[in-house]
Amino acid sequence: MNNTLEAKGVTIWRGETLLLDAVDLTVGPGEVLQLAGANGSGKTTLLGALCGLAELDEGEVHWNGKLLHKDRAAFADALLYLGHRPGISGGLTPVENLELFCALNGGDAANIESVLDELSLGLQSMLPCRVLSAGQQRRVALARLRLQQRKLWILDEPLTSLDTAGLDWVRTRIAEQAAANGSVIFTTHQVLNLDSVPIQTLHLEASA
Amino acid sequence: MSKPQSQNESIGLIALMLTIIRRDLLLAVRHAGQWLNPLFFFVIVVSLFPLGVGPGPNTLAIIAPGVLWVSALLATLLSLDSLFLRDRRDGTLEQLVLSGHPLSVIVIAKVLAHWLLSGLPLLLISPLLGVFMQLPVTALSTLMISLFLGTLTLSLIGAIGAALTVSLNQSGVLLSLLVLPLSVPVLIFGAGAVVAAASMLPVLGHLSLLAAMFALALALAPLAAAAALRVGVSAGS
Repeated sequence: MNNTLEAKGVTIWRGETLLLDAVDLTVGPGEVLQLAGANGSGKTTLLGALCGLAELDEGEVHWNGKLLHKDRAAFADALLYLGHRPGISGGLTPVENLELFCALNGGDAANIESVLDELSLGLQSMLPCRVLSAGQQRRVALARLRLQQRKLWILDEPLTSLDTAGLDWVRTRIAEQAAANGSVIFTTHQVLNLDSVPIQTLHLEASA
Repeated sequence: MSKPQSQNESIGLIALMLTIIRRDLLLAVRHAGQWLNPLFFFVIVVSLFPLGVGPGPNTLAIIAPGVLWVSALLATLLSLDSLFLRDRRDGTLEQLVLSGHPLSVIVIAKVLAHWLLSGLPLLLISPLLGVFMQLPVTALSTLMISLFLGTLTLSLIGAIGAALTVSLNQSGVLLSLLVLPLSVPVLIFGAGAVVAAASMLPVLGHLSLLAAMFALALALAPLAAAAALRVGVSAGS
């Protein structure tokens, strides 16, 4: 199956607690999936498992019908992962941070300034990120959505500390990604509605 | 067909290594404490010895190689926990692991940046401290060569320890326990080379062994550190 992420029976234990109990999910081209669930229900862990960071106790994750760790390079070329900690260094300016991302997994470094302008960070582009507000730092990380063309987005809490303008910007990006036959998996506690694409929801039960 | 492709790939990898080194140096310039602390530690420890054991030139000349080498070893250990911990805290490490590039190559770039910030300053100031410790001037070049090979090896060995402890928030003592046994051979032959040079004996044997240890560490340490980093990242996510 082309450009489809498929998880089968993903089970993860954290010590004595069964955190994820045989989770199945499939996300194909043009689909948007929201993971919902209370705090501590394993959303971040599941996202880690889906991009191959977390070790699975049972189950498998396939990309294009191949096991993730069998074809790491192809998956790395398709994936844009924005973690709970977004990989923004406080000592570097937004431009320097994004340049590292472009060097790491491709992207149009020449466009960094214009994307930052679009996110109303033009004036802050030469300041170290640690002096920016939480919402501004989140915007710096989100600029990657514009700079890097990827088939699959895995976004952990992309809307945290964003204002309404920032929220609209992310909503537009997700709709564009789905329209371009990309896939998006994200978590959020806010309500996000897209006009063009239905958002599928997967509820994770908090473990007892 | 495949040859130009692999050539392009290796050019890309070298460019990536340079970007990572440049980034780490940039961060260090903005947090000067990171590279100044080990250097200060080295200078202070060495300069305390004449006060402690007395300034007699003969005594100092005898202990100088050991003191200089032990201080350099401890200063390098002191700087190790900054190697991967900061990247782990802000999430950069996850991105490095997921980037699809060989993680061992990224580790080599990180270690090289770490050496430029911790080993190189020690190396540059060591002749001054050698004179201070009454080391014969003829032994200074051997001191620098042995420290050059030794600090590089220590940074590589230290990367294994730093990678193994990356998922812990307080890694200090455990890191030292892991790295110290592996660094003892480096200390023995490094200090041995300087002792031999001070006594006008041939040093090539010691230096060759140091170079062999460096070659071994360069070949194996990045692989071990990369494997440990993958485990460390998965343990924390």
